[in-house]
Amino acid sequence: MNVPPRGEPAATHATPSLQPAGRTEPALRVEGVWKSFGQARVLRGIDLELAEHDVVCLIGASGSGKSTLLRCINLLEPVDAGRIVLQGEEITAPGADVNRVRRRLGIVFQSFNLFPHMSVLSNVTLAPRKVLRLSRRDAEERATALLGRFGLADKRDDFPDRLSGGQQQRVAIVRALAMEPDLLLLDEITSALDPELVAEVLNVIRELARGGMTMLIATHEMGFARDIATRVCFLDSGVILEQGPPAEIFGHPREARTRQFLQRIVEAGRL
Amino acid sequence: MGTSALRSTAVAFVSTVVFFGAVGWITVHAPNWPDVQRSFFNGTVWNQSVPDIVPAFWVNVQLFCIAEVLILVLALVLAVLRSLPGPVLFPLRLLATVYADVFRAVPGVLIIYLLGFGIPGLQIPGVPTDPFFYAVVALTLVYSAYVSEVYRAGIQSVHPSQEAAARSLGLTQLQALRYVVLPQAVRRVIPPLLNDFIGLQKDTVLVSYIGVVEIFRQSQIDQAAAFNFTPYLVTALVFLVITIPLARLVDVLIARDRRRFLAGAR
Ligand SMILES: Nc1ncnc2c1ncn2[C@@H]1O[C@H](COP(=O)(O)OP(=O)(O)OP(=O)(O)O)[C@@H](O)[C@H]1O
Ligand SMILES: [Mg+2]
Repeated sequence: MNVPPRGEPAATHATPSLQPAGRTEPALRVEGVWKSFGQARVLRGIDLELAEHDVVCLIGASGSGKSTLLRCINLLEPVDAGRIVLQGEEITAPGADVNRVRRRLGIVFQSFNLFPHMSVLSNVTLAPRKVLRLSRRDAEERATALLGRFGLADKRDDFPDRLSGGQQQRVAIVRALAMEPDLLLLDEITSALDPELVAEVLNVIRELARGGMTMLIATHEMGFARDIATRVCFLDSGVILEQGPPAEIFGHPREARTRQFLQRIVEAGRL
Repeated sequence: MGTSALRSTAVAFVSTVVFFGAVGWITVHAPNWPDVQRSFFNGTVWNQSVPDIVPAFWVNVQLFCIAEVLILVLALVLAVLRSLPGPVLFPLRLLATVYADVFRAVPGVLIIYLLGFGIPGLQIPGVPTDPFFYAVVALTLVYSAYVSEVYRAGIQSVHPSQEAAARSLGLTQLQALRYVVLPQAVRRVIPPLLNDFIGLQKDTVLVSYIGVVEIFRQSQIDQAAAFNFTPYLVTALVFLVITIPLARLVDVLIARDRRRFLAGAR
């Protein structure tokens, strides 16, 4: 637990830690996070920091723990050890209000996970109405504006099973954005899509990056990561082995394992 | 195409006529048919009992409707209790589990007897003595145990990623259940629920044992008065007329679900 430096004025809000004057807290700080499933040690001491407007791409082999890390940050999985601090507030603290934390964190999954029994509009307005307590009109106004911005205006009354995969994934992104999160977590959001649908979804993310959205992105799309990332992290069996600007990671990787991984990607024709 | 469909319809028709014709012929040519005909198919008794029996069915309808609403609510509460996670709620889960086990294990007739005779027998002041009340309570308790299992299967059939998606948007556990999981679960279990209600419809006659004068009790009274079994036939016919459309509806719903499933809709 952070102790306020001497002479700091007491905070008026109930965040457990205080910001030292003159330094902004990072948007997200992950400190020594460990996570096991039974015998399998999936995360083995993850340290990671994201400043506001950072776009960090997590790359690494299948099973290296990318999804698990994102699920831990979103508190969908409890961590075994370590801390996760969101804008100065430790969200892994025992008394943390999980629902309040999740309002500030958007997550989009590989498999869309739209609610199949609801129209696109209801999918997008559900959480703003029930969690943020917006009126139906305000929630629909917000949803309609977002849907329009991402080329989905004419889909608002359709049900998810009538949409293409790319459209479903864009709706899932809009659904997360409707909560106006401070940080967006994206978990291989193009892996379930046909190749010709990948671009439309990646363009949405590019636009969000231009708009200054802070994002942590697990991806297998190396070209996209090179394009968009302010920093790339290579995850290898539960540790961040190497991180740096995309030009450095893709151009001159220091670690042998990073080189091996990228070599395999090149051979598979994905870079 | 057209002719082969026509042909199979014709074959189905002929084989149906031949089959039931044979059954009918064997029945009416049985050695004791005239006796059976007198005691089960008596026109006079038929005409006397129909005006008694059909109104008595109204009691079954009331019983069924009231119990059904209560069952749908109680069973949902039980199913939700059993689906809630967390060690704090263990006693509630245990209670709901024991309830479902006990009321599915004991024959329904016994529950009806025990409640209908036992509780009024205690003669506690203010406790109802109306057998109809205990009939509703007993049917509700017994059927809620079954129906809660149906709901629970429905809840479990909704993929966990749906709940994860709801929770990740900041919805609470209960909100995720209420707005995301239950609506999908209930939709999936409508056909099996209707099946249970076909059973409930028929089991309303069991409450005749504690003295509710409903259709079966009324037909017993008429049978005893006329010394003839025709009133039972009337009762059987009433149930056929009511139940068969419901059974067909269940089939239609199941077929529709199947088509949706095959069409790839989730
Ligand atoms: N709920 C769970 N229970 C048990 N094991 C799990 C669970 N979730 C993940 N794992 C295991 O943890 C390891 C890391 O999984 P994770 O999904 O985080 O990898 P990933 O890097 O996202 O892989 P991919 O690129 O295939 O998505 C895998 O070996 C997986 O089998
Ligand atoms: Mg993954």
